[in-house]
Amino acid sequence: MAGSTTQAVAPEALTSGARPRRVSSALHRALRWLGVVPFGVYVALGLIAPTVAITIAAFQDSTTGQFTMSNFSTAFHGTYLLGLKTSILLSIATAIVPGIFGLLIAYAIFTAKRGQWLRQVVITASGVFANFGGVPLAFLFIATLSTTGVVTGWIKDIFGVDIWNHGFTLYSAYGVFFVYLYFQIPLMVLIILPALEGLRPAWREAAQNMGAGTWQYWRYVGGPVLFPSFLGCLLLLFGSAFAAYATAEALTGGTIALTPIQIGALLNGNVVAGQENLGYALGVIMVVIIAIVMVGYTILQRRTARWLR
Amino acid sequence: MAAVADVEAGAQAPAPIARPAGRRRSYPVWRWVILLLAGLYFVIPLYAALRFAGLKAFPDIFKQAGFADAIELSLRLAVITTILTLVLMVPTTIYVHLRLPQIRRTMEGITILPIVIPPIVLIIGVLKVAPGFLLSTPYLLALVYVILAMPFAYRSLDAGLRAVDLKTLTEASNSLGAGWPTTLWRVVLPNIRTAMLSATVLTVALVLGEFTMASLALYVTFPVWIVQFEQNSGPVSVAASLLALFVTWLLLMVIVTVGGQGARKRGGAQVSLFTVTPPRETSHTTGEPE
Repeated sequence: MAGSTTQAVAPEALTSGARPRRVSSALHRALRWLGVVPFGVYVALGLIAPTVAITIAAFQDSTTGQFTMSNFSTAFHGTYLLGLKTSILLSIATAIVPGIFGLLIAYAIFTAKRGQWLRQVVITASGVFANFGGVPLAFLFIATLSTTGVVTGWIKDIFGVDIWNHGFTLYSAYGVFFVYLYFQIPLMVLIILPALEGLRPAWREAAQNMGAGTWQYWRYVGGPVLFPSFLGCLLLLFGSAFAAYATAEALTGGTIALTPIQIGALLNGNVVAGQENLGYALGVIMVVIIAIVMVGYTILQRRTARWLR
Repeated sequence: MAAVADVEAGAQAPAPIARPAGRRRSYPVWRWVILLLAGLYFVIPLYAALRFAGLKAFPDIFKQAGFADAIELSLRLAVITTILTLVLMVPTTIYVHLRLPQIRRTMEGITILPIVIPPIVLIIGVLKVAPGFLLSTPYLLALVYVILAMPFAYRSLDAGLRAVDLKTLTEASNSLGAGWPTTLWRVVLPNIRTAMLSATVLTVALVLGEFTMASLALYVTFPVWIVQFEQNSGPVSVAASLLALFVTWLLLMVIVTVGGQGARKRGGAQVSLFTVTPPRETSHTTGEPE
């Protein structure tokens, strides 16, 4: 309250030279944090506490509850190591390809003049498709690309080739990759648009006034400004693909070796009873990988923030 | 500089592949190629599913056992999650903008976490720590969905608040004698109406589509029902997923169109999901409060 009135009178004069306030300034500073306490408590209970609980359980034996590293050593061997590798490679691929396509689509609708209608259709559709997944999404692609799918039939009719006889299968990592694009591209459109909006027309004008062509503008102005946010978005896409569970589970019936699928199987008790804590260990490994990705994201954000404010 | 940019380029959008002469009318080919390819990729599977389901499966959806209950639960969760999200995030975001602008980056970091922490990991953790009275009610899901909605909600609100000069507005309101409740309710909230709309829309879309957490927590929301029902009738199940997709999209279009019209009348920003585009005339002046 008091802070607000002083600001209302003359912000600079009082904040820089207000001597009498010094005494209570520590208390004041502490009180300012009160406003974010509800948010902090919610995050602590809903996000941090569950993560901590899983981490503790990951270091315990499933039956005796004793401290052990065996969950982690199992997690880094055999089929679970393969799952991690496949997950990471799949996530990298489903970050880069949709990243590029999403950027192009976002730029196309962003620069479309008189394109309000197009813009709204694409943006609302992106909001829906980015949250689309699981069994419904698997249905769509089974109807499209399975052995009896519509597109499979078209290719057979037009080219006389049955793609399923030539090594194509929907129920593998390649199939999952193709299906993931369906929610990754819209997600990219949603998250890259704010960055595109940060590109000021004035920069373009200035570049043109100095004689820069399109290529030079992108090489020396637009590209360097956009690149950090583009990379930041790629990292988010990586995280999103890495975390996806329902779609791959529905598409492959849980047979594909991806870490989230393996966690789901372990925790549903489908494999061997008493292996829940191995599932927790895999979860912790996922969180650690994501944490590494997040650190990269934060560093990139800091670089972007210089330009996009 | 702003005036020049607006007159010259006609929008906040920089001209794309621009030739200095006649670039206003240029509609580069690449844009249509990209949009066409994307359109095909997104529409063909929808068409294939529609053909598989057949049109006569649609009326059957509403007669199926459990359909009404599942829809009701999903809608209830959507409403509760949206209210909780707005009540938690709107005051927090406004407060951060006004009093703690230095932690905006930290907030961005925290609120991005739910997009990348695997939902399967989060839900097993929640099921592990949640107290018994919460475990026995499906509204536990609403509480967790608030976390899931945070990335979208925070970004929408943050963008909305950045587009208005919050400090000047609140100071003007205070010096005219309005107390904080009046300022918030009658000055700040109307100005971020579109941002709140975007947050709502994204939250609703998220709740109506979420499967992983609901299925692991063993509650039959609409997406879970679709999966369970697949064993009874494939076509009806596919028809139900298509219907859900179209209804959600239609809902979003209506909200965005109606909300956008209302906002334009008041000279506010234009609705787009995830971010709010500042109105054209003022995009350069109001876009940067600092």
